[in-house]
Amino acid sequence: MASRSRVSLALRKTRISPASTSKLCRPLIQARYQSTATTEDTEGIAKGTTGTSKTIKFTSETYPSIKRNSKFPQITEEHVKYFKQLLGAESAVIDGVTKDATDDLEPFNGDWMRKYRGHTKLVLKPGSTEEVSKVLKYCNDNMLAVVPQGGNSGLVGGSVPVFDEIVINMSRMNQIRSFDEISGTLVVDAGVILEVADGYLGERGHIFPLDLGAKGSCHIGGNVATNAGGLRLLRYGSLHGSVLGIEAVLPDGTIVDDLSKLRKNNTGYDLKQLFIGAEGTIGIITGISVLCPQRSSAINVAFFGLESYEKVQLAFKEAKGQLSEILSAFELMDSHSQDLVHNVTKNKRPLEREHPFYCLIETSGSNSEHDNEKLEKFLEYVMENDIVSDGVVAQDSTQVRSLWGWREGIPECLGHWGGVYKYDLSIPIAELYDLVNETRDKITAAGLLGDTPDDPVVGVVGYGHMGDSNLHLNIATRRYDKSVEKVLEPFVYEWIAKRSGSISAEHGLGLAKKNYIGYSRSQTMIGLMKQIKNLYDPNGIMNPYKYI
Amino acid sequence: MSGLRILVPVKRVIDYAVKPRVNKAQTAVETAGVKHSMNPFDELSIEESVRIREKKSHPLGVHEIIAFTAGPPKSADILRTAMAMGADRSIHVETKEGDEIEPLGVAKLLSAVVKKEKIDLVVLGKQSIDDDAGQTGQMLAGLLGWPQATQASKVGFEGEKGVLVEKEVDGGIETVKSKLPMIITADLRLNEPRYASLPNIMKAKKKKIEKISAADLGVDVGRRLKTLKVIEPPPRQGGGKVDDVDGMIAKLKELGAI
Repeated sequence: MASRSRVSLALRKTRISPASTSKLCRPLIQARYQSTATTEDTEGIAKGTTGTSKTIKFTSETYPSIKRNSKFPQITEEHVKYFKQLLGAESAVIDGVTKDATDDLEPFNGDWMRKYRGHTKLVLKPGSTEEVSKVLKYCNDNMLAVVPQGGNSGLVGGSVPVFDEIVINMSRMNQIRSFDEISGTLVVDAGVILEVADGYLGERGHIFPLDLGAKGSCHIGGNVATNAGGLRLLRYGSLHGSVLGIEAVLPDGTIVDDLSKLRKNNTGYDLKQLFIGAEGTIGIITGISVLCPQRSSAINVAFFGLESYEKVQLAFKEAKGQLSEILSAFELMDSHSQDLVHNVTKNKRPLEREHPFYCLIETSGSNSEHDNEKLEKFLEYVMENDIVSDGVVAQDSTQVRSLWGWREGIPECLGHWGGVYKYDLSIPIAELYDLVNETRDKITAAGLLGDTPDDPVVGVVGYGHMGDSNLHLNIATRRYDKSVEKVLEPFVYEWIAKRSGSISAEHGLGLAKKNYIGYSRSQTMIGLMKQIKNLYDPNGIMNPYKYI
Repeated sequence: MSGLRILVPVKRVIDYAVKPRVNKAQTAVETAGVKHSMNPFDELSIEESVRIREKKSHPLGVHEIIAFTAGPPKSADILRTAMAMGADRSIHVETKEGDEIEPLGVAKLLSAVVKKEKIDLVVLGKQSIDDDAGQTGQMLAGLLGWPQATQASKVGFEGEKGVLVEKEVDGGIETVKSKLPMIITADLRLNEPRYASLPNIMKAKKKKIEKISAADLGVDVGRRLKTLKVIEPPPRQGGGKVDDVDGMIAKLKELGAI
């Protein structure tokens, strides 16, 4: 089989990234199931510029209005001594307090987008739930602020410190605790890397109910703490449904042992839900039990061109009706996004002619003949009824990957010109695309959009998880420009608020969206949230300056 | 001659993105429940034949493109794909699931079809990615006594009979010139195969697949080789992780490295 893989490699080289592919953009066709961490996760940052500078600007300089809270004391040698005694192993404490460890601390201070950077001098890597408990209790008693950190692949600056908060990195808690092949229940430490868990499950015929671009580095604990959305949500639902139990540590050291493996458990308040999406503001998740579905053996992908957003909605309705249980993705891409991808990659377009809208449909099931039959019927229907104007169907896995590349390559290609203003929004499906049109009109009217180097904006594009009513509104720019920002904000947030949408569909609040929560939640709701925060973290040491 | 008659043999193989596994009895690679697709090199041959037609690169044009396969009933799927990409009709020599015809057997079948259908040009993939034999095209040329150009990266015509084929060799490109009828085998850089479009997939359903047996063609496809055992290469020995520098030094000492 050695030669087989050689052939495969050669195929990949020639067919997928032709020689003309720009070096600035890595091969578009990143296998959907590969781990290179820049597909899904580059979506959705409020003001992300693709990092090109060598050093990241300190968050405290970018946001001068945020002041260090003086109730938190400076970290002393005595504190460090306690942690070293507690955690034992030399590698469990990165100490920048008693000595200079700037280089070692850098990866824990900066986020991967190179947008946020803190000043921490101390990183702790507890190896067990008990150690997490003792660390937090000590911090709580001494009023030391902490930032829980997983794979540090977040998009809103939630996983890095702002000032000198202690980073509690979960990477040493990386054991798969148990897996029940009958029920599909997986129990893992919080620091297990998503791809490791998915690979482990793959060998056992199961699949993790979450998949995203950063799977090679992100921790399951972090995924749960941020309630990550990703590519499998349409099919398997959100983590609020698939997580069966959580083990977490409260700031006072209390271990919340709710690591249930039960699907049904109506006995009192479902407190584990509080930790899902809490972004480490009320406690640290140390263990998770999650219900994992069977892995599908038959996967089909089709790619359509459509003439209007109305037709896209019709196609989605038909896909749900006719493909029902085998439909696993319905992704929307507008022509502007595809033009920019084509512009950067120069890859051959899947369809001969150009269309205003494109959709990618994926089905996954257990029986390929059954799936093919359903898919063919559906395809015939949408063609004959003029719902789609044109379309192709992947004939093999290579084509599956390259078709996905036209969707997954968008975030990366948009960064090609310099910066991207990104919004990750939930909008009622009927109005989903209106926002893109209105934003484009406004940008055009302001004279900001054009092809010359003087025009700040390259394109206003919309794409996203149609199946989840989740739009990614992206404005690709040549440089960071105040005049563009003025057109966009607060226009976008107000537009969303008017339609009761969400200003952050799947990426959370962190630092980036903290100030905008009011557009999606009422004062009463925010008040209730603050009560919960104060109840579990009365000293406010958990991930301060962020969230709400 | 009134337009080229092109024959394109295709093979259904385990999808190249799938990691093949050996069956428990160690007699073959596990194929049940595994995704199959058209051999990628054969996609190139179909694409090239369709381009010869579309670009009118031969002065007399293309009269007909026939896809051919020898394989189990499910191989009909890839004939449909071939026809969705542009082949006009297909011939299917059906075999039992699990019966693999050796390259010589396939070459004999093809030779019979070439004569029956009065073929002028056979475009094959240079190898199939399952057994990697890379022999069928050459054997067919030998059986027919036709010229052959293997590993083609570009195909062109010169008048009604002349054929120019470029092949990539170490350090450059070799151009060979020959005359129809002939055999060409396709290499990776020959072209970029198209996707099967919805309208063409539907049209392909109405195109004809002719089922014939090896006996109809008067060919004995009995095996001459016997597979004794199929085993996977030994797995890579995984590395170990140490907690700290001291642990690493201790490990290195234990292994006698320092």
